[in-house]
Amino acid sequence: MSGDGPTLSVCNLETHFFTRDGVAKAVDNVSFDVDKGEIMGLVGESGSGKSVTGFSILGLVDPPGEVVGGQVLFNGHDLVGLDDEQMQKLRGNRIAMIFQDPMMTLNPVLRVDTQMIETVLAHDKSISKNEARQRSRDALGQVGIPSPDERLKAYPHQFSGGMRQRVAIAIALLNKPDLIIADEPTTALDVTIQGQILYEAQKLCRETGTAMIWITHDLAVVAGLVDKICVMYAGRIVEQGAISDVLDNPVHPYTVGLLGSVPGHNTRGERLYQIPGMTPSLLNLPTGCAFQARCPRADEACTAEPNITQPLADRNIRCFHPHLQEAAE
Amino acid sequence: MKTVAENIALGAAARDKTEAVETPFERFRASFFASKVASVALVVLCSLIFVAVFAGFISPTNPYDLAQVSVLDSKLPPGAKSFEGTAFWLGTDGAGRDLLSAMIYGLRISLGVGVMSGIVAMIIGAAFGLIAAYFGGRTENIIMRIVDIQLSFPAILVALILLAILGKGVDKIIIALIIVQWAYYARTVRGSALVERNKEYIEAATCLAIGHRRILFRHLLPNCMPPLIVVGTLQTASAISLEATLSFLGVGLPVSEPSLGLLIANGFDYMLSGKYWISFFPGVALLITIVSINLVGDQLRDVLNPRLER
Amino acid sequence: MMTPQNAMLEVKDLTKNFVKRLDMAGKIAQRLGSNIREETVHAVDSVSFTIEKGEVVGLVGESGCGKSTLGRMIAGILPPTAGGISFKGVEFTAMTQEEGEAAALAIQMIFQDPFASLNPRMRVEDIIGEASVIHGMTDLKERSDYVGDMMERVGLGREYIRRYPHQFSGGQRQRIGIARALAVQPEFLVCDEAIAALDVSIQAQVINLFMDLREDLDLTYLFISHDLSVVEHISDRVVIMYLGRIVETAPTDELFDKPNHPYTTALLNEVPRLDQRGIEYEPVSGEIPSPLDPPPGCHFHPRCPHVTDRCTIEVPVLREIAPGRLSACHLNDQ
Repeated sequence: MSGDGPTLSVCNLETHFFTRDGVAKAVDNVSFDVDKGEIMGLVGESGSGKSVTGFSILGLVDPPGEVVGGQVLFNGHDLVGLDDEQMQKLRGNRIAMIFQDPMMTLNPVLRVDTQMIETVLAHDKSISKNEARQRSRDALGQVGIPSPDERLKAYPHQFSGGMRQRVAIAIALLNKPDLIIADEPTTALDVTIQGQILYEAQKLCRETGTAMIWITHDLAVVAGLVDKICVMYAGRIVEQGAISDVLDNPVHPYTVGLLGSVPGHNTRGERLYQIPGMTPSLLNLPTGCAFQARCPRADEACTAEPNITQPLADRNIRCFHPHLQEAAE
Repeated sequence: MKTVAENIALGAAARDKTEAVETPFERFRASFFASKVASVALVVLCSLIFVAVFAGFISPTNPYDLAQVSVLDSKLPPGAKSFEGTAFWLGTDGAGRDLLSAMIYGLRISLGVGVMSGIVAMIIGAAFGLIAAYFGGRTENIIMRIVDIQLSFPAILVALILLAILGKGVDKIIIALIIVQWAYYARTVRGSALVERNKEYIEAATCLAIGHRRILFRHLLPNCMPPLIVVGTLQTASAISLEATLSFLGVGLPVSEPSLGLLIANGFDYMLSGKYWISFFPGVALLITIVSINLVGDQLRDVLNPRLER
Repeated sequence: MMTPQNAMLEVKDLTKNFVKRLDMAGKIAQRLGSNIREETVHAVDSVSFTIEKGEVVGLVGESGCGKSTLGRMIAGILPPTAGGISFKGVEFTAMTQEEGEAAALAIQMIFQDPFASLNPRMRVEDIIGEASVIHGMTDLKERSDYVGDMMERVGLGREYIRRYPHQFSGGQRQRIGIARALAVQPEFLVCDEAIAALDVSIQAQVINLFMDLREDLDLTYLFISHDLSVVEHISDRVVIMYLGRIVETAPTDELFDKPNHPYTTALLNEVPRLDQRGIEYEPVSGEIPSPLDPPPGCHFHPRCPHVTDRCTIEVPVLREIAPGRLSACHLNDQ
């Protein structure tokens, strides 16, 4: 199975949250592939299910949430239904996660070297402690931390925010994972520091062939970073395709609206396009297309469930009234 | 509006909320009664308060009315009949008073002393704590150093010294308990006010040129109430037990107005001669009172915990 | 100093230091010869600029550059350590109490966090209407009508007047915050990262609201943000700050077309843009220095690609390099 296939292949993934007020379909029939060395952007607003998708892949969904259907094929093996122990072996070894807050990964009372060596040894007991230290040192150097030998002996609080995030990324890289899931890793950072992290991330994927899913709300960040993009709305992927295709010729009305509402170089003094209304509650979605209440193109057809169609080459959307003429022009 | 969808996305789905829940008080009430133990404790506490407030109507006799007390009835066991034929369900004490009536009146004094001192100490402590947190600097230093000094002495020691100076009496013990307790409230309020003061809604109020007094009491104080209520409940329980201890030691209340603690002390002499009930029943009543207050307080702490609250 | 006729706000040599004083234990340790010292953060270091009536000025900088502190001093929330702020030609400190209150109300602030900026225990009616009743813009009888008008002005239904903040979404809460500021009839709004916490589609709604209000109510804005694309969209003029100092100020078009200061250039290069695909990021080297211990000379010199010896010693002066353009860089002297 493994070999030439995609590193990660998610098929019809469904994650539901069973709350007191009903079932919320946080991830609803989501499918995508990520190839070796490829960076995929998973973009959406709050409540779109982008983070839950990441957690579902890693088996980190806590009750009342539950993965209720679909497959997560990692190098050809299905991760759904693996028990905790088997998942634990994969996490931090073959699959790593980077969070918005690096302190989710770092233990504030342990020195960085202690944490890193522990991570190496936890997954590979054949290595000596010295080799593990050497590998930790290399990982810190790899993410651009100056004088890694000294920095290894520091505690997390002695690092700045950007440096901490780098250490978290270095820990993610320690066991040379095949897949990294990054959940808004630069949202809390300053622009110049964000630039540094994006640079390192891009370089690493190119060099090591690691596949990466970059979860974010910021279209501009993924524009320069990723190879392909999935736009999520209310738990579903509404548009997916190669990054420049989607950004240049968006087809789904939500993507069109989202791109139109980003202020930029040519919009000065003009009114921004605004998507009316607000993100709907997942407990209270309309039947059919979840975007219909905010969509300028919606009509009766949209009360039926939109299926995935492929109106353009290499582009999947869920919409009855895509912006096809505009895209063709 | 949104809440549910967003909470789920944030991985915080364990807390689900409905649109129907409206005011902050209603949300609070719903979560308080989620615990059965706390609900029972609250019912017990409310009945105790009811009994204490309406002691005059509920209690079979008036233990303070010397005309109703006969020395001939002293130290009767529970269930015994009096000289005149009325039953003493819990027996009588050394002076021949009906123990049940004495306990009901004692409960009134115990609860009254605890609640009164608690409320006054809370008002004083909250005012000082708020002022310390809001104005900061020298004011805060002075207030908080006094609090530190006060809290470094054991409460019972301070109370003993104060009562030695002030003498006996219900008013005296209330004053002593206030002086002992206010510092706890001051420290609690200052802690939460320091957090709240730095929030943007306080800055917004400053920016809107709303006066200091209004910001303190309309904006800051209501948001510091949750921890204050929790500490208030638990402190009231400890005030009641402190009063009982002081009365037991004989420095609190006059013998003519026995609280539960004093009743225990009065019966203590007869313990070894097998007349257990004179101490035992007031002791049980005191235990039930303090445990129910503490259970209610614990649940309040869980419900009002800002980490769990949205 | 002459103030131009139509200058709405003038800030002159404004400075704010935060001093972390030593506690008792620290003082004793110091006496005993330990090297604990009082720590001073120069959050805002001698900043001067003016804002004309009707202008939208964008204030940009990274964390720790003092932009929020500056905004809070202008809004009257923090007292300055030194320097002065004049509103319509009158110094704050020279105002009578009444004038001071009027100026305080005329300058209002919109905050970043739509959750922390509303008192959770008050109803919307009280949140928006409280100050306007106190200051006599309306009275208790008229209050709900007045508040309702304010809510409609910011795009909220007046039927929500009895609700509590937790019953609204982030974007709606931000609108409540704006309505609260508008209720005291301000002339000048300080927006401190006012859209940073909102979703992209909601950001556009709030930006449009700010632009509409500017038209309708003739408002002047100081728009503080770390997000260059938002600032480029909304402002007439941009002020760039780095570690407590202004490094460059220029009309928006000129600044984005031809940045002068190396820091501005670096910032512009780093901003992720929609029209940049698959680019190779060329990051600025180095960390943002701690404001506790800023480098001497030009604060940017450790990260600057054009650094000279002079930059490490001498603080560059903010001076005019072209009409309407100021920059603080030694390179301009060559």
